[in-house]
Amino acid sequence: MAIADRQQEHSGVPQRVEPKDVLAVSDLCVRSQDKTILQNVSFGVKKGSTLAIVGPNGGGKTTLFRALLNLVPYSGTIKWSEEGRRIGYVPQTLITTDLPISVEEFLRLKCKTDFESCLNLVDLEKGILKQSLGSLSGGELQRVLIAWAIVENPGVLLFDEPTSGVDIGAEEPIYSKVSHLARDSGVTILLISHNMHVVMHYSDYVLALNRQPLFYGKTSSTSHSKLLSIIYGGEFDQSEHEGQRE
Amino acid sequence: MIFALIVGASVGSAAGYLGSIMVSKHMALVGDALSHVALPGLALGILFNFNPFVGAFALLAATAVATWQIQKSTSLPMESIIGVLFVLALAIGILITPQVELYEALFGNISAVTLYDSIIAAVVSVAVIFVTRAIYDKIVLSMISKELAVSSRIKVDQIQLVYLLLVATIVAVGIKEVGTLLVGAVVIVPAVAARIASKTLRTYSLLSLVFGIVSATFGVVVSNYLGVPAGPMVVIIGAVIFAAGLGLSLFYPRIQKRVEIIQPTLKESEKELEPTK
Repeated sequence: MAIADRQQEHSGVPQRVEPKDVLAVSDLCVRSQDKTILQNVSFGVKKGSTLAIVGPNGGGKTTLFRALLNLVPYSGTIKWSEEGRRIGYVPQTLITTDLPISVEEFLRLKCKTDFESCLNLVDLEKGILKQSLGSLSGGELQRVLIAWAIVENPGVLLFDEPTSGVDIGAEEPIYSKVSHLARDSGVTILLISHNMHVVMHYSDYVLALNRQPLFYGKTSSTSHSKLLSIIYGGEFDQSEHEGQRE
Repeated sequence: MIFALIVGASVGSAAGYLGSIMVSKHMALVGDALSHVALPGLALGILFNFNPFVGAFALLAATAVATWQIQKSTSLPMESIIGVLFVLALAIGILITPQVELYEALFGNISAVTLYDSIIAAVVSVAVIFVTRAIYDKIVLSMISKELAVSSRIKVDQIQLVYLLLVATIVAVGIKEVGTLLVGAVVIVPAVAARIASKTLRTYSLLSLVFGIVSATFGVVVSNYLGVPAGPMVVIIGAVIFAAGLGLSLFYPRIQKRVEIIQPTLKESEKELEPTK
């Protein structure tokens, strides 16, 4: 079967967005210097659900987030509900971690009142408040960024590969925390990840992107190997070798 | 000299405070280059018989706005844009500034500072510090991550423009005393010195302000005593503070380690001298 036919069969790309979605994106296109980065992206995100965004490098995942945050010019429509007006964003990394700023000062940039409860939610000790942001390990920094994102009870959380730079053993606790947050507080989560295990276990819906939508639907309606097949082409047998072509 | 000291302390404090942001944004050379842009503005004021410092400020503000707009439109680094504008401004300024006033325009003249100048400097510097404090957190966040700043509803571009205009303002006020060639250093050097000694943002911003005051006031006093221009002395005092901080940061860990070695040895000696029970 040709790749184009396979994509058509599995696409599940919605033709319209539902009125009660927290986020409704319709015909989103992003271009830069005569190059198309994203085109014809349409999807909706229901309140309290987790949408995983997957795709190859350069497929437009981070650009999608930048468009949602109004950081890049785009055409099409992006509509947020009231919950979407309070966004917590967790970037992959920070530009200036050599700034002499402590964790406490960084959190106080957003919230002047008590934020220690947010540290507890991400299993960080109070002692980390006095440490410099630049001295934190990858896992500690990601937890601090998650604490930052949740400190003012956002309605929506955007995670851009939250475990890049984190040891493999430290990934699972972070995603587990994120999942608990969504379940306990009804926060809507959009998550970019390369980790198919995480996608299949922690998301309700999945959007596969490679400059345009390849698949959008419930996670339960697809599988690890099918997703890899849609994104990269070829056949993937999950039972024998994770992610390897036959 | 009292008026010169008031101008020095006022401009030094505001410049140091602003400089803590400039150094953190890796814009140290921008601060220096921006100050040279004032020269043609001064020259136009002299030639057309209006307050030269109004001319300097107008050109500085126009350059700040032009730089901001060009960066937004082209994504060129700010250093590159300022680099072109500053050399152009310096070249034009040298050509059109009357020779008699050129030395004073480049290096300043503390004896020409009046009561009016000191009042203006004090009022403007306090205002600059207040406005900088109001936007400080927003600028820091936009330095750490533009995405975090935007998701926190910070208007990053507008804040950047306000910051550039604040730098333009304090440079314009400091020109009379320090000159266009070195006034940028009043913004940068105290902040670089403070960076060495700072582990938190609060310490960094306060130390930058304090070092700014110290370098400017001591620079004025020493220049008056030696009969030399204030600009170079302010920069030299700032550099001395930087060197002292650098030396302490290099040797303090060794001193601290030495103390840690000596202290257990002393404790063991004390035990030997205790009478046996």
